[in-house]
Amino acid sequence: MIHQSKSHESAIGHVTGKAVYTDEQRPPVGMLSLYPVMAPHAHARIKTIDLSGAEEIDGYVTVITASDIPGINNTGVILADEILLPTEEISYWGQAVLWVVGETDIAAQRAAEQVKVEYEPLTAILSIADAIAADRFHGQPTQISRGAVETALAQSDHRLTGALEIQGQDHFYLETHTSWVIPDGEGHFQVYSSTQHPTETQAIVARVLGIAKNQVVVTCLRMGGGFGGKETQANPFAAVAAIAAYKTGQPVRVKLKREQDMILTGKRHAFLGQYEVGFTVEGQITALAVKLYADGGWSLDLSPPVLLRAMVHVDNAYYIPHLTVQGWIAKTHKVSNTAFRGFGGPQGMVVIEEVIDRVARALQLPPEEVRERNFYRGSGERNTTHYGQEIVDNRLDRIWQELLDRSNFSQRRSEIAQFNHTNVDKKRGLAITPVKFGISFNKVQYNQAGAFVLIYTDGSIQLNHGGTEMGQGLHTKMLQVAAKSLGVSLQRFRMMPTSTDKVPNTSATAASSGSDLNGQAVKDACEALKARLKPIAARLLELPEDTTLEFAEDWIYYTEDNARDNKRKITFEAVVQKAYDDRISLSATGYYRTPTIFWNPETGKGNPFYYFAYGAAVSEVEVDGLTGMFKLRQVDIVHDVGESLNPLIDRGQIEGGFVQGMGWLTMEELVWDDRGSLKTHAPSTYKIPTIREVPENFNVHLLQRAAQEGVIYGSKAVGEPPLMLAISVREAIREAIAAFGHHPARVALASPATPEKILTAIEQITAEVEIVS
Amino acid sequence: MSEVDQNQAGDTRRDFLKKTSLAAALSLTPITILKAADQKVDERFAELFEKIPLNLKVNNKPYNLKVEPRVTLLDLLREQLHLTGTKKGCDHGQCGACTVHVDGERINSCLSLAVMNEGKSITTIEGLANGNELHPMQAAFIKHDGFQCGYCTPGQIMSAVACVREGHANSRDEIREYMSGNICRCGAYPNIVDAIQEVKEKGGKV
Repeated sequence: MIHQSKSHESAIGHVTGKAVYTDEQRPPVGMLSLYPVMAPHAHARIKTIDLSGAEEIDGYVTVITASDIPGINNTGVILADEILLPTEEISYWGQAVLWVVGETDIAAQRAAEQVKVEYEPLTAILSIADAIAADRFHGQPTQISRGAVETALAQSDHRLTGALEIQGQDHFYLETHTSWVIPDGEGHFQVYSSTQHPTETQAIVARVLGIAKNQVVVTCLRMGGGFGGKETQANPFAAVAAIAAYKTGQPVRVKLKREQDMILTGKRHAFLGQYEVGFTVEGQITALAVKLYADGGWSLDLSPPVLLRAMVHVDNAYYIPHLTVQGWIAKTHKVSNTAFRGFGGPQGMVVIEEVIDRVARALQLPPEEVRERNFYRGSGERNTTHYGQEIVDNRLDRIWQELLDRSNFSQRRSEIAQFNHTNVDKKRGLAITPVKFGISFNKVQYNQAGAFVLIYTDGSIQLNHGGTEMGQGLHTKMLQVAAKSLGVSLQRFRMMPTSTDKVPNTSATAASSGSDLNGQAVKDACEALKARLKPIAARLLELPEDTTLEFAEDWIYYTEDNARDNKRKITFEAVVQKAYDDRISLSATGYYRTPTIFWNPETGKGNPFYYFAYGAAVSEVEVDGLTGMFKLRQVDIVHDVGESLNPLIDRGQIEGGFVQGMGWLTMEELVWDDRGSLKTHAPSTYKIPTIREVPENFNVHLLQRAAQEGVIYGSKAVGEPPLMLAISVREAIREAIAAFGHHPARVALASPATPEKILTAIEQITAEVEIVS
Repeated sequence: MSEVDQNQAGDTRRDFLKKTSLAAALSLTPITILKAADQKVDERFAELFEKIPLNLKVNNKPYNLKVEPRVTLLDLLREQLHLTGTKKGCDHGQCGACTVHVDGERINSCLSLAVMNEGKSITTIEGLANGNELHPMQAAFIKHDGFQCGYCTPGQIMSAVACVREGHANSRDEIREYMSGNICRCGAYPNIVDAIQEVKEKGGKV
């Protein structure tokens, strides 16, 4: 069953509507609801709060303010800089001043609308540029450097400078943030939360309640999408619900409305990239100096590791002998930006792909030639990143060549040139871009995982592990790993909800690491159980206890017998029952930690990644020069998932990641007004890809013969890397825009490349042509 | 006074209330209700007198309900009938996660007030299968892996069934057009098209 396409373990539940998410449990008696009072200022001082109107509302129960917090009023995860409920200062538009508790959702809402808060507005910093001007940053700048960049730049054949703004992205998981907290009256709190990181949610709830972690159990049943948006962002809502449950002694529920979710929660970081690049006449990059500014928002959240991942992916697939990258985290009066699939990696890569394109156009070379020319290859220094990690498993050239062939790239390039020659208003563009993405949490401590497997005397099994299910198919893969390891059928298993009382001290399900880490832990637990069952099976088969036996297909076989039909064998159930009778434990924990990784934050050097995931994509677009609209005509992808644990799931991750990346780069535009209020807080104004925008010709090929040594059953991580394949869409659009001009030396293109921005870019190109002629 | 009695009293006074002042209504109201209302007169009255009777069928089961006029069909299904298969993605009719069938036609249940559905027959995702036998569209979504997190899936499937019934699944392009009101953030779109196309091409009863 391993390496096979098995349907999602919740498939029946999903198609029948019976799969239970947090807010779909049967509500306990007396459950109360929460509703926020949100500040209509990006930066302000709270002057007065008048609750008298709210208290008149039928069904009003109480309010939750800072003074109700028995523990610490802070939910910061790296720094304690994130006030849960403000007492004096509002730090971003929409920040919850307090939460109203009502007997029902509508009662809480009605009462919240009657709360009157007076504010004194203050000057707000609302952009990276404002923050730079005001010298307002989180912490100190960081730097990673190799070689002598200044000297190398000075000695280069050519030099270019430029800057690029990259906008953020809302996660838009279909299930908004939800938490239920149920107090047991004895001081314990059961939290059900749509969280990617139950252990951290547990820690934050314990912190705000001022109690030990062992008094709090956090359970994540499953999530209706996460994408990084529920890595830290679930914590404050669970915390508020816990405080309300503590204060009232009753169960409390919070379920954000869509607009609240979009206004209150952090997003993918917007970035400003500034660069100076030196290169040879052949397009070989010799030196690159990059400054990256990430919009951290009002509090730190996960911004330092996000920025770091951008800094260690600003090379993408390219060897740059002299490279300096410096990073800043802008402190603005906006939501606190957070993890989002790729975790800064995509922003770093967009910058380098922009640089490569600048180089190619400046030299009038095809961009794909310049890309390929600069690939990491060989061994030693030429195949080592700017942070000092050698790319020992480099598959870039192999994937690149395979994709050029599969996509029929060179022929299509000629056909497109012909099309563009004969069409005035519509132009097509074709681009191929690579992805090299480092796998492991940059925070070394997070690279560990646990599992807990329980066999019952009827032979049925419960499987627990530390990862959470958000649609990525982790639970399905873990069932496959356990079934393979124990040699039993999938039907024996019940996958248990992720819960901190089953597997403690877990890491976030993030960084594409879920299967790698938890898979090894699950296997470890299963191997421990097998080691206990083996001598029992041997005794039942009347063989010596150290006999080699095979666990497969719900049987335990004596492998020395040749013909399978004649093999001596015994059922799994019989062995399990006998183990119980002989007083042998039928439950086991498993544990794993990633070997060989290290990182020195002082020097910006190390081996932070266990391995790299690779892929490449070819996109073909057609741009309408009159409207700026584009149509994605065809996408071809070759992606490296090692030896896939489940090709069905991995293909879904690749397609879905690509679509999400395409949305970020071409249509999802976050608009704040000049007072810092988010204007795009619903699907009517925030455009995520629909089924209409997905290319009809969408060819995804998994790299074959690609087993990855040292990873669970030869597989590789797949969650994040495919998102960056969508950079090919951006570059294809740029190629089509270029065709409206006459070999422009530069095509400036905003991100996201919305129709409006595409039109602007075309106008710039054609205006330049006119000047030249 | 029992809850039933209160409701009956409320119903008989509905029209009268509309034509008279609150004070006049109060003078006709049994003293027990006034005591219960205490000082929150307006709110208590809204609750007692503004619940409207509603008769409808959900998944072939008849219901005789009393609902506030503000309650959407979506909230009625989820909060009162505990049919939570129908999802609330945006509550603004823009994501399609709440799609149900009303007398066989697909609608966004978040945009329909419950009381507008008097006498109508609602089908939700829970009512699509025939016992343990999945509807062909449900089976096709599993076969083609037409979902990841599953949260948009009930809406996708209800929309997909209607799309085929409407005769709007004759080509992949047509499917894409007529399914564009159902957002899937996980991006399972290619597989959703595959599932719908297979059901359409098999040509069985949908």
